[in-house]
Amino acid sequence: MTETLANLALGFSVALSPQVLIYCVIGCFIGTLVGMLPGLGPLAGISLLLPVSFGLSPTVALVMLAGIYYGAMYGGSTTSILMRLPGEAASVMTCIDGHAMARQGRAGAALAIAAIGSFVAGTLSLVGLMLLAPPLASLALKFGPPEQCALLVLGLVVLAAMGGGSVLKSLAMTVLGLWLGTIGIDQMSGFFRFQFGLVELGDGIGLVPVAVGLFGIAEILASAGKPQLERPRTPAFRELWPSRREFADSAGAIGRGTVLGFLIGIIPGSAHIVASFASYGIEKRVSKTPERFGQGAIAGVAGPESANNAAACGALVPMLALGVPSGAIPAVMIAALVVHGVAPGPTLIQDQPALFWGFVAAMYVGNLVLLAMNLPLVGVFVQLLRIPYAYLYPAILAFCVLGVYAASQSAVDLWIMAGAGAVGYGLRKAGFETAPVVLGLVLSPMLENAWRQSLAMSDGSYAVFVQRPIAAGFMLAAAVMLAWGMRRR
Amino acid sequence: MSADRAAGLVLAALAAGIAAIALAELPMGSWARPGAGAAPLGLGLILGGFGLALAWQGGGAWEATDRAEAGRALAILAAAGFAALAFEALGYRLTMAAMLAFLLLAVERKPVLPALAWSALLSLGSFHAFSVWLRVPLPRGPFGF
Repeated sequence: MTETLANLALGFSVALSPQVLIYCVIGCFIGTLVGMLPGLGPLAGISLLLPVSFGLSPTVALVMLAGIYYGAMYGGSTTSILMRLPGEAASVMTCIDGHAMARQGRAGAALAIAAIGSFVAGTLSLVGLMLLAPPLASLALKFGPPEQCALLVLGLVVLAAMGGGSVLKSLAMTVLGLWLGTIGIDQMSGFFRFQFGLVELGDGIGLVPVAVGLFGIAEILASAGKPQLERPRTPAFRELWPSRREFADSAGAIGRGTVLGFLIGIIPGSAHIVASFASYGIEKRVSKTPERFGQGAIAGVAGPESANNAAACGALVPMLALGVPSGAIPAVMIAALVVHGVAPGPTLIQDQPALFWGFVAAMYVGNLVLLAMNLPLVGVFVQLLRIPYAYLYPAILAFCVLGVYAASQSAVDLWIMAGAGAVGYGLRKAGFETAPVVLGLVLSPMLENAWRQSLAMSDGSYAVFVQRPIAAGFMLAAAVMLAWGMRRR
Repeated sequence: MSADRAAGLVLAALAAGIAAIALAELPMGSWARPGAGAAPLGLGLILGGFGLALAWQGGGAWEATDRAEAGRALAILAAAGFAALAFEALGYRLTMAAMLAFLLLAVERKPVLPALAWSALLSLGSFHAFSVWLRVPLPRGPFGF
């Protein structure tokens, strides 16, 4: 405990430095905008701003990207409550009772409870992250290539099985991403795979053009031309304080949402989305007045909003402790660390204590910043929603082009972005989720190296994956998850 | 044809291409010592299996798309393609201004003056913010513009 507190003190000395603070505030502000604006989710927002982070130190870059991720969770609730329009997918459940409250003139209370619930959940989940990640990383240090390989297989299978859609489609998308990750020069033999006459592909297909294309461009293609949104009414500052009854009704929901969200967040999958749906279901079940859900029950706002923020924090546990992303957003954040020369994995906490603890402390600060920023500035953020989408989407497209080019200085990546956008749009129309493609792309080199190293150390015996107890446990868990996922459909 | 069947067949065709290229151009190594082509070949075969399973299973409806949305999507993709083609030859500012003006005037049919003003403001403003303040190298076109 003393060691944890000493490490946290080190973290706050990093987080409270002027540069980290400034970028934490910038990240939270941009994240709130990204979460509010339809057509820009946290993933597209983080991907777009990845190149901007290249000139920063790894700690500052990670703090800014996490601020965007977290801020988007906060921002998504504003449009859900005021306009019944989820800025991002995790805010869908908030629409139901949040907007019903807004129609009854209680928009301010709904916004306040969403912000307070997010703050409480985010802060408590950070304690979980702080206590869980270091021992998990110590355990993972005992892993060799077979355990790493089995863990990655488990992560990919769990993501496919826990996702919202068809398991078969998710697995196909994962394998597509894994194949995209094999393009470029093979790290073990130096062979150029799938060159297609382009020297630029030597380093492989970049994560940024694929992520921006699949999420940013595909969203623009699907959203452009949609009718103009209704103009929201901004609640006055004095309307923001919830009543004593509303506080009492929310307290339990916030507590349950926090625990549930954090636990779901650790499991790979679209954690924050699953968490908010699950929390809404639980709140309705435990409520003494379930008939009020859908009519403006404040627990229907407090639970899902707390759960999605706690899940966002929980998703950082496997990312920071094991170097294994539990979804597409942590995958992009891992890519940012790699670009900065930081090796993600169990050694991160040991080798880079200032980065890990600085990041944890900056998240505490970021939570406070978001609480302080979101309620008083709600009017300012709402003004941005009045820009017609016909003017907004060309600007978003321009930033996609700018972000992708700035990341690599290569026009080939712009073609990849446009291609990924077209493919992403087509896949969306056919009912496929595209997040597994990104996760497969990121994990592919790690998985292939771990597989080939395992075979090298076992003299070519595939039994190495079932003879070592931890690897066998992961493989068994993967098989069980796969069978469960297939049976569920 | 249903969405799943069409997508499954496309994935199976892609997988066949991956496997063919891997077999023709890449060293396979052995079971015990896989070469550079082993992982792509294996992934190609698995992807092909999933694709065929999806095609066999069928089902799945296409999300509704009207002609206006399809036309707009094609125009936006064309604008992105133009940006990729012209970015290094024309430079950031001219390419972005042309792309934005095309989208606002030709696709969205917005009034000329606000559209041109928005295009100029965004292309020049973002260049200044990223190239000058954040020192992100962006290409310049003819006459250094």
